[in-house]
Amino acid sequence: MNRQIPLVVCFSFGLMMFLQYFSTHTVARSLNLAILDYWQIIFAFTLILGVVSYIKVNMTKISRGIDRPYLIVGLIGMISMPIMALIWGIKADSPFMWMFENVQAPMASTVFALLAFFVASASFRGFRARSTQASILLGAALIILLSRSNLPIPYAENLSEFADWIRNYPSMTARRAILIGIGLGSLTTSLRVLLGIERTWLGGEN
Amino acid sequence: MDISTIVAGLLTLIIFSFLYKDNPFYKMAESLLIGVSIGYVLVITWSNTLMDMLFEPLFQSGKLILLIPFLLGLLMLGRFSNKTAALSRIPIAVMIGSGAGIAIPTMLYNRTIKQLTASVMPLFSPDGTFNFAGIVVIIGLLSTLAYFYFSREHKGKFGLFAKVGTYFLMIFFGTTFGYTVMSRMSTFIGRMEFLLSDFLKITQ
Repeated sequence: MNRQIPLVVCFSFGLMMFLQYFSTHTVARSLNLAILDYWQIIFAFTLILGVVSYIKVNMTKISRGIDRPYLIVGLIGMISMPIMALIWGIKADSPFMWMFENVQAPMASTVFALLAFFVASASFRGFRARSTQASILLGAALIILLSRSNLPIPYAENLSEFADWIRNYPSMTARRAILIGIGLGSLTTSLRVLLGIERTWLGGEN
Repeated sequence: MDISTIVAGLLTLIIFSFLYKDNPFYKMAESLLIGVSIGYVLVITWSNTLMDMLFEPLFQSGKLILLIPFLLGLLMLGRFSNKTAALSRIPIAVMIGSGAGIAIPTMLYNRTIKQLTASVMPLFSPDGTFNFAGIVVIIGLLSTLAYFYFSREHKGKFGLFAKVGTYFLMIFFGTTFGYTVMSRMSTFIGRMEFLLSDFLKITQ
């Protein structure tokens, strides 16, 4: 029963959402919007589950003395945000938003900026033109990089036009083929899930 | 200089210190970033989703239909105990089932039919000139799809055609890589601009 009921629920909701797609009736539209709201609400509870798990895992590690100072800082950061929101609210000039704008946002964008260096060093290792495919990859990347930079290179205008052509035709056609593959793959996986052939999402054995 | 700039500047420098080597300050900032990010998402989700979409309409406006997602959400919390963990399969089933139900028509239309339609271009323009891009698109699409067709061995003419597909794929990966590097570099320039002008006051 532990597995049969979820499978029936999964099939029922799947069939309902599949059928409502083909209807413009107000009931079908409102059902679609209601289910989308339900997703958000269930996701919010899932987030609570994740946060509690995060606290539990960190507390266990702290008690064992693994990376204690760092984990304590992480926990303080996490707990301080809801406390600040509870005391001062989440309006534009609140301490909660101050933390977001001056602690979270600068650090997050700096971590993304760091990736520029790692992408560059990875490309030195990976972009050795050892085969035709690698040479094409390297060439396409170089054309895009040079065309979008302000370097004083000859025929910059022509290069920019050529880069646009590469992006709009050969690159786009490969992207479309990948999207078609993703579409067909998602379609078959969805069918397998609805028909109960694919059951890995149930997890466990009971 | 105000305290906001000092805090943001110091944290930016600490994150950049990782470029030299991994260090305790970086680890501390990394943990702080994780913690603050989780706290931020938690508060925003609580405020925008649970309060605005569930608790206020349910308990203040009396929208009893919202008892369904509330109950489903509570079942999700069943994972806290091994005895009640199986209950969480019901909300997961709702999400997976409805997601799969929506995915079938939308994926078929948006990801397959629309992409195929966009790929079919006229090979000759109204003035009679040959459209080279049109033939590139058709060959690129068919050869790339041939590469992803694994039910037949990639040998002979079919193998050669599939290999042409890999060239198109490499062009796609190359352009995507180029744009990714450009976006990361612009973020880096933005951070350096903040450090040099706002924080260190070296440039204006």
